[in-house]
Amino acid sequence: MSSTDQSYSAAKEVSQIKSRRTLSENIWHGLKTAPPTAIFGLIVIILYLTIAIFASFLAPYGEAEIFDMAYAPWGDEFLFGTDQLGRDILSRLIYGARNTIGIAVTTTFLSFLIGCSLGITAAISQNWLDHLLSRSIDVLMAIPSLIFALMLLSIFGSKAINIIFIIAVLDSTRVFRITRAIALNVVVMDYVEVAKLRGEGLGWIMRKEILPNIMSPLVAEFGLRFCFVFLTIAALSFLGVGIQPPTADWGSMVRETAGLIQFAKYDITAALTPMLPAAAIALITVSVNFVVDWFLHKSSSLKD
Amino acid sequence: MGTQNKGEKSDVLLEMRGIVIDGYSDDKWHPIIKGANLILKRGEVMGIIGESGAGKSTLGLASMGFSRPGCKIHGGTINFDGIDLIAATEARRRQLRGSRIAYVAQSAAASFNPAHRLIDQTIETCINHGISSKEEARSNAKKLFADLQLTQPNTIGDRYPHQVSGGQLQRIMTAMAMASRPDLIIFDEPTTALDVTTQVEVLASIRLIVEKYNTAAIYITHDLAVVAQMADVIKVLRYGETVENADTRTMLSDPKKEYTKSLWSVRSIEKEEIVSQDIILKIDSVDASYGGGIKVLDNVSIDIQRGQTIAIVGESGSGKSTIARVITGLLPQSRGNVLFNGKPLPPMLKDRSVEELKKIQMIYQSPDTAMNPRHTVRDVIGRPLEFYLGLKGKILDDRLVELLNLIELDESFIDRLPTEMSGGQKQRICIARALAAEPEAIICDEVTSSLDQIVQKDILSLLLNLQKKIGISYIFITHDIATVKAISDQIVVMFQGKVIEQGMKSEILSPPFKDYTNLLLSSVPEVNPDWLTGLLKQRRGKSNLNV
Repeated sequence: MSSTDQSYSAAKEVSQIKSRRTLSENIWHGLKTAPPTAIFGLIVIILYLTIAIFASFLAPYGEAEIFDMAYAPWGDEFLFGTDQLGRDILSRLIYGARNTIGIAVTTTFLSFLIGCSLGITAAISQNWLDHLLSRSIDVLMAIPSLIFALMLLSIFGSKAINIIFIIAVLDSTRVFRITRAIALNVVVMDYVEVAKLRGEGLGWIMRKEILPNIMSPLVAEFGLRFCFVFLTIAALSFLGVGIQPPTADWGSMVRETAGLIQFAKYDITAALTPMLPAAAIALITVSVNFVVDWFLHKSSSLKD
Repeated sequence: MGTQNKGEKSDVLLEMRGIVIDGYSDDKWHPIIKGANLILKRGEVMGIIGESGAGKSTLGLASMGFSRPGCKIHGGTINFDGIDLIAATEARRRQLRGSRIAYVAQSAAASFNPAHRLIDQTIETCINHGISSKEEARSNAKKLFADLQLTQPNTIGDRYPHQVSGGQLQRIMTAMAMASRPDLIIFDEPTTALDVTTQVEVLASIRLIVEKYNTAAIYITHDLAVVAQMADVIKVLRYGETVENADTRTMLSDPKKEYTKSLWSVRSIEKEEIVSQDIILKIDSVDASYGGGIKVLDNVSIDIQRGQTIAIVGESGSGKSTIARVITGLLPQSRGNVLFNGKPLPPMLKDRSVEELKKIQMIYQSPDTAMNPRHTVRDVIGRPLEFYLGLKGKILDDRLVELLNLIELDESFIDRLPTEMSGGQKQRICIARALAAEPEAIICDEVTSSLDQIVQKDILSLLLNLQKKIGISYIFITHDIATVKAISDQIVVMFQGKVIEQGMKSEILSPPFKDYTNLLLSSVPEVNPDWLTGLLKQRRGKSNLNV
């Protein structure tokens, strides 16, 4: 390599350097290329969050405020009528968003905290600890989760904190499985071996080497699990062991007003009343799924 | 092939003119091939050579009228035996592919379906294109297996892909391409993934069969010595443009362009042997196995002197990488001792002190997997500085820049992610990471084998310069004899977990050779078009004598 024009310099070597986008550019770029379903999903989620956060300003009446008009019809005073105790349905829908979404998000976070840390630990150790964790998780998964949750709730009582912990632990089994599986692919990478050879501790390897590399599938999984948790809570409330009155919650609202369906031939709006909380649940679930699909598509290499 | 007897070929089979191919990334189209011309005569073998990213594979695929997803043929004409491949419909092109133009990919293991028998996959194209009946195709395939010097040509086809070796698989893939007697085969680095000793056999059989059926071929490789054996004409590509185009002998003896010359001079590093008596690392009659099974290392004893480079050579499966795992404590030995500066190292990694870990560092084969894709250069090099030396803030930054300068990069790299660097640059960062710990010995596990020749040479001379400056000892694990010749002071030859031979470079690499060392040395391709022919003649002669 004697000539001047061809002389080699590592620093000048032509590599495929992409100009890196800043975070905001990245988000903007992502949104521009997002499919309409994902945009729809995002808008709905933002709407729900706004309602949940500003519930006390948006709701016309209080959450447990009782009027002496049980089963009031739809009208100007009570937009969607009142329930069997005379509480405003619209206000309870709005407060329900806060309670149900709040509990679901907390539960999902908790289940990811448990599932991810155990899953990554199992993937790194790959010894008796991995076996112990995996088999115990198998035992937990062998019992149908709804029945298990019902049983545990009747043992410990249906307080919100119990609901959160029980569902989080039961749901973390699924998170454990997926985290362990994807972390196993990362654990075999040379850079993890480099960190081990350097003498790094377990915590550092988990947080700095593995977690950033399995983040995108986990985020997608988070959305999916959120939906399931949400539905489980609604189901438990519907069965009467979930969030307890007077706290407003969509699942129990469906149960409380379910009887109104039989009046459909007299007043169609009365029959629609139990549909409103059900529709609220369906809409958020579908929207989150739209967004998750988009995320999964982006994080996987399956493109066109 | 060679270059003799080519006078009668004049019929042009493939003519590509002014080919422009663009690739799509980052919302923009970037040119990959910038107006290349290629003319291939019937029965001629053309070697395309260049570093990675030069556009070799893209050009090779374009000769089938094909471009990878995300690439687009933007301009130029491709004329294959009177058919305009760009104007032709996709259906017409599909008809040609597999029947008249065939493709042999680099990784045979990834190209076979593990669930089907080899012979069924070999004849699949023939049957799908309706070229021959199943029975005909089968007997034809068996004949091709025999032509390719596969042992048991009649039964090997009944096996599944995992039941044959990599070299055999690559030859069966060639048979698959040959099955329909195409006019043109494109070989895309078919031997790059193979051991030297296997590579020779595969090269010989490919050459034989291409010659026998007078098939034209495009042979894509980055290895000059290989292309010298295979091609009649050579085309040198760089940044998507033709640098030089000439027949093999002219190209080798009299390259015109500077870039071509630089490719030729790659194997020119020389090193004076360093003699040292101070033993830094002593491996004392070590046995090791994975999970208590077969011994992967069998009574291995190696002395490594301070400030020297010791090269451990052998084909894959010889146990050379296992030595690295024993030294680093990733695989505790079942017998024997590893002594560092006279003191035994604890066999288990977790029993070693930070000070012991700091003294021995490792550089990996593939810089892509050795660096966390989410960490910037600052994280990668900064962590050992912080972890071992407790550096912080300004002092850490200064040391970072110092290290970057040491590996001939500048400060602008400090915030780059691995995806924003080339392979050679990444490997340099890995070297800097090892140096950051201020070690006494560095284990280099095949550090250059995933790099281009030009970059290889650069990395090797960097390592040698660093040794001169810092007096560090290297344990160089490699299967590439050219690398060994370039950098080592001592050589250890390994075969099936045992040390076959051990000594100074000058002793090992000069006659008389031991049998295995000789086989290993003679299998390394030379940049001489007659080398393969000569070697085969020599080996055949020997085996005749034995009979």
